[in-house]
Amino acid sequence: MFRRTVAVALAAVAASTLVSCGDDTPAASGTTSLSGTVNVFAAASLTGTFTRLGKDFEAAHPGVKVVFNFAGSSALAQQINQGAPADVFASAAPKNMDQVTGKGTATTFAKNKLEIAVPKGNPGKVTGLKDFADPNRKIALCAEQVPCGAAAKKVFEAAHLTPQPDSLEQDVKAALTKVTLGEVDAALVYKTDVLAAKDKIEGIDFPEATQAINDYPIATLTDAKNPATAKAFVDYVLSPEAKTVLTKAGFETP
Amino acid sequence: MRGRRERVQGRLPLVLLLPALLGLAFLLVPLAGLLAQAPWATLPSRLFSADVGQALRLSLLCASAATVICLLLGVPLAWLLARAELPGRGLIRALVTVPLVLPPVVGGVALLLVLGRRGLIGERLDLWFGFSLPFTTAAVIVAEAFVAMPFLVISVEGALRAADPRYEEAAATLGAGRWLTFRRVTLPSIAPGIVAGAVLCWARALGEFGATITFAGNLPGRTTTMPLAVYLALETDPDVAVVLSVVLLAVSVVVLACLRERWISGLR
Repeated sequence: MFRRTVAVALAAVAASTLVSCGDDTPAASGTTSLSGTVNVFAAASLTGTFTRLGKDFEAAHPGVKVVFNFAGSSALAQQINQGAPADVFASAAPKNMDQVTGKGTATTFAKNKLEIAVPKGNPGKVTGLKDFADPNRKIALCAEQVPCGAAAKKVFEAAHLTPQPDSLEQDVKAALTKVTLGEVDAALVYKTDVLAAKDKIEGIDFPEATQAINDYPIATLTDAKNPATAKAFVDYVLSPEAKTVLTKAGFETP
Repeated sequence: MRGRRERVQGRLPLVLLLPALLGLAFLLVPLAGLLAQAPWATLPSRLFSADVGQALRLSLLCASAATVICLLLGVPLAWLLARAELPGRGLIRALVTVPLVLPPVVGGVALLLVLGRRGLIGERLDLWFGFSLPFTTAAVIVAEAFVAMPFLVISVEGALRAADPRYEEAAATLGAGRWLTFRRVTLPSIAPGIVAGAVLCWARALGEFGATITFAGNLPGRTTTMPLAVYLALETDPDVAVVLSVVLLAVSVVVLACLRERWISGLR
């Protein structure tokens, strides 16, 4: 069992280095001599998938420990820039990645799009994006300052609608909570959030969502304490095996 | 009076003085860091933007309203805890302090579960009167009062227990009813405790974030208080967040200093 997992992981890593047009020597990430702790700072929306990926990675590389710090991407970017010990950064927005690494050094590993979330049974009878412009419905959106709010702004612009929100939430989970508790008739959240809470809420797809696809970049950091293992983890996240996990959670993969 | 104070200070032992100064530094150095980081050059232009004024006005209004509610409900509650013969008083006193230890966000969720549109009481309100509390300015006041009231209750209860009950007994023997005694004897004797409690309560309400954003949401002009504006500014522009924090700090220090000057010294 164990040997097979290693074999699969190795194949995956090897494949991914080929796919991600290996700018490094493929052997560097394929060796089994990885060890130590790798500190991964990841966006809050990755909590479920990355916890799973971290466990699989640890199983494939005995002696390696993956430690996660999940929080909002902008908070993480700030922590890293203030000297927090991070080896890998997976952000929910390219902007926050650029704040840490400078432009264009990260690889996109997942994409997320917005979906309408309504309480079970859809009490507000929401059918599409146009209902967000109805002042009589209770609506929660993310604040423009956070990624899901910026994405929401884009889709409303594309649809030529002026939303009438009752609250601009501080993050996507807060918006989701308002739906789960039935306090609002609808909110715009990510597809992955709807899937994660699907026993409490319902999701409604809408065509304009394609106007605001959210890219998730990942990168090893230049002052990583454990660069070899960090790189191996990043390669693993880009592997086909990891893609299956991400897709199952509702992400689209490049 | 003054002479005695100076003598006491002269004898202050080093064992106390050292940790005291350390404590003071611990509280003030982070604030100094905030002030050092503030972008002073652009501060005035950022200060007078409409958003900041709106958030500040809302913060002051809601914190003050919450303090009034806490006074109206909290002082009688403190009196009940300190003076009445209640079974299980220790338990009630412990329960009163629960909002202190509860993470404010959880407090906000708890309020939603009771007063929200699908909440125990909120559902009735919505059904009978078509009134829904969340996402309104009133909800901000409710959330702040919920989080801040324990500060007032504890402070007033402490004052009541420290007050000499013989004055109340004397008033009673002279024929004063309980209400008259409470108003004319008890209240004046615990006034410093009430003021201190109200000040704590107001300050806590002014800085309230978690319960407010959970229960009342965040909409500029309606529920966006300064702490909410600071949090969201931190997402995009930490400089603005620092400016907003400095403004909130300055306003609260001015208000608290004025109050202490006028009320507390007047009472001594």
